[in-house]
Amino acid sequence: MATDQKNNHSKTPFFDPMLPRSFRIVRFQQETAETFSIELKPVSGQKEFFFEPGQFNMLYVFGTGEIPISVSGDPTKPEVLIHTIRAAGNVTRSMNNLKVGDSIGVRGPFGASWPIKAAEGNDVIIVTGGIGLAPLRPVIYHMLAHREKFGKIVLLCGTRTPKDIIFHKELEKWYAGAELEVHITVDTALPSWRGNVGVVTTLIGKAHFDHSRCTAMVCGPEIMMHFTVQELQKRGVDNKNIHVSMERNMQCGIGLCGHCQIGPRIVCKDGPVFCYEEIKGVFTKREF
Amino acid sequence: MKLESLAKILKEHPFLEGLEQHHLDFITGCASNVVFKKNEFLFRAGDPGNLFYFIREGQVVVEIYIPGKGPTEIQSRGKGDVTGWAWLIPPYRSTFDVRAAELTRAIVLDGTCLREKMETEHDLGFILMKRFAALIAERLEATRIQLLDIYGDRSKK
Repeated sequence: MATDQKNNHSKTPFFDPMLPRSFRIVRFQQETAETFSIELKPVSGQKEFFFEPGQFNMLYVFGTGEIPISVSGDPTKPEVLIHTIRAAGNVTRSMNNLKVGDSIGVRGPFGASWPIKAAEGNDVIIVTGGIGLAPLRPVIYHMLAHREKFGKIVLLCGTRTPKDIIFHKELEKWYAGAELEVHITVDTALPSWRGNVGVVTTLIGKAHFDHSRCTAMVCGPEIMMHFTVQELQKRGVDNKNIHVSMERNMQCGIGLCGHCQIGPRIVCKDGPVFCYEEIKGVFTKREF
Repeated sequence: MKLESLAKILKEHPFLEGLEQHHLDFITGCASNVVFKKNEFLFRAGDPGNLFYFIREGQVVVEIYIPGKGPTEIQSRGKGDVTGWAWLIPPYRSTFDVRAAELTRAIVLDGTCLREKMETEHDLGFILMKRFAALIAERLEATRIQLLDIYGDRSKK
């Protein structure tokens, strides 16, 4: 039921969690008009950056500000740290203007991870909305690297339009391969689009997985997660097997400042990945 | 296609699951097999709404033509889905275009025939109305989520 890990830095040497380390951008990839990925390497010190899928870092654009961003790279390749970001606010827009060779501050990794250990032996259904695919990409990398440990793996992705699909090439590769069942849908499209049209929740009925023995991982806008959870529940998926990633105003990253409190939970420390059973009382409640 | 195989296909369709045999027999009598080539229209906005499709294979898209923008896809329907309920609600006119996005096989029902039967045989009418109500509620919910534009940039609003 619980997520696999809470602030486990076992593989990472001790760093002051409040002190950003300097990293350099070694690759910049524009994913869509609004979304980009940056690959980072540390300027000095330990060359590898270990994290668990679902964990996030506080990324600091010097002189502008700091924001929490989930790691979107491959946990089996700790030599490069990848984040995928949507340019939506002051800090992320500044980040979008950075170039290869520029420096950025990194604190982390923080937070709880997706329950990949607990999911072993089960079918896995991953439902993403928009940039919600980014925090779940490390899970897919992990599961593909340990394919024999999991049952069916289903990936359902929803975005606004075909132009907003991130990780195009990988999705095409996964779609063509036999290791994942992939369904993609967009909210609206022109006739040149050959895929599904409609909201991501409509894909759940088309997916092939064992509803009674599955682990569901859901990431996207909270309202999308709300309807996705309802759709999973309708099909008999237990709340204890549904996991969601929450987004709140995370600032310190270590549960001290309280800015990201949601009911009795602190998102940066207890989350951002939560078992739905643990947070159903506060999920999408307007008071929180 | 023989009536026997039509009956088998309809019996196995999720929308008709659990229907009594005599109801299925009647529905089979209103049904025929159809194939649409890619880009062929099942029906268009404004057409008399008297057809109801069970998609067997392929994919269809619900489209609307937006002047200045062209046709825009709103929803897609695939294997196991149904499309077309304008025959159920006055004035029995289709409100959207539905086009085959690829080679599509379907079973088409004469909606007028079915509606008249539902009027006289209330057991069947009630069962089908409950199923259509659930379907319409599901599509309404999906449309509401689409209207929320949940992936849009909230900071711009």
